[in-house]
Amino acid sequence: MQADPTLGGSELADRVGLSAARLSRRVERLRDQKILRGPRAVINWRALGYEVEVSLRVTLDKTQPRAFDDFIEAARAIREVIEIQTFVGRVDVRLSVIARDMPHYQGIYRDQILALPHIADIEALMHVARIKSDESLPL
Amino acid sequence: MTEFDEIDLTLLRLLAEDATQSAGALGREVGLSQPAAWRRIKRLTDLGVIAGRRLDLDREALGFGVTVFLGVKLATKGRVSLDDFERAVSAIPEVQTVEHVLGLYDYRLRVVARDIADFERVLRRRIMTMPGVGDVEANVLLSEERRPGPI
Repeated sequence: MQADPTLGGSELADRVGLSAARLSRRVERLRDQKILRGPRAVINWRALGYEVEVSLRVTLDKTQPRAFDDFIEAARAIREVIEIQTFVGRVDVRLSVIARDMPHYQGIYRDQILALPHIADIEALMHVARIKSDESLPL
Repeated sequence: MTEFDEIDLTLLRLLAEDATQSAGALGREVGLSQPAAWRRIKRLTDLGVIAGRRLDLDREALGFGVTVFLGVKLATKGRVSLDDFERAVSAIPEVQTVEHVLGLYDYRLRVVARDIADFERVLRRRIMTMPGVGDVEANVLLSEERRPGPI
């Protein structure tokens, strides 16, 4: 199902050697346990007119006890932020930001990103190309 | 540029949450008939805005407790073939995404593993042994939130 979420129930049943009824019970069980959700549509932002994607690696001022909470809450309010991740390592938080073009990005960066609370340092990585993006698990 | 109106964007948002909804159900949400909703979804798919469908699996329940992002710098730019590197790294099953970036690193990789020991195995045996790999920085993912984006 991961490799091809469009496969129909009967085809899938053939591949794993189960009857359609037994397969559907198994899939239901995985859905009930929330192990399997979706499928969700994958949006190609570039096709929607968002040409720029930047990965912002943020270091926070950890002397502020609410640094993570305040920062993440404020970042959620920026519509062009499509991912918020937190880490152990050199980077504390990473934001994926999309924009229509460089002037649009510049505006978001100056007016909204730099206004986020408790930032100690920011590094930017500009996306050039996605080589692999299926996000499959090696099951 | 192709224009997309509010209804297109709402359909995208609904499908990004759950792509199993029928055109009829989606149409009711946005006030369109089933055929009209279907035509819009077909157009969004034909234009490549809907790039595909993806299952959302609970990694931890399936035994993948660790996700690490690697920033990789190639050691000898120009002498290593980017194509060769991209092909080799994309073939590693534990590598979920490969992004070519500009900045501190050349590539950004998302790697899943069962635990830290398993991650170390992937890093040492599969990634560090690839030709041209220079500086590698690892950050272990603690939490992740996907936002709907500007739609």
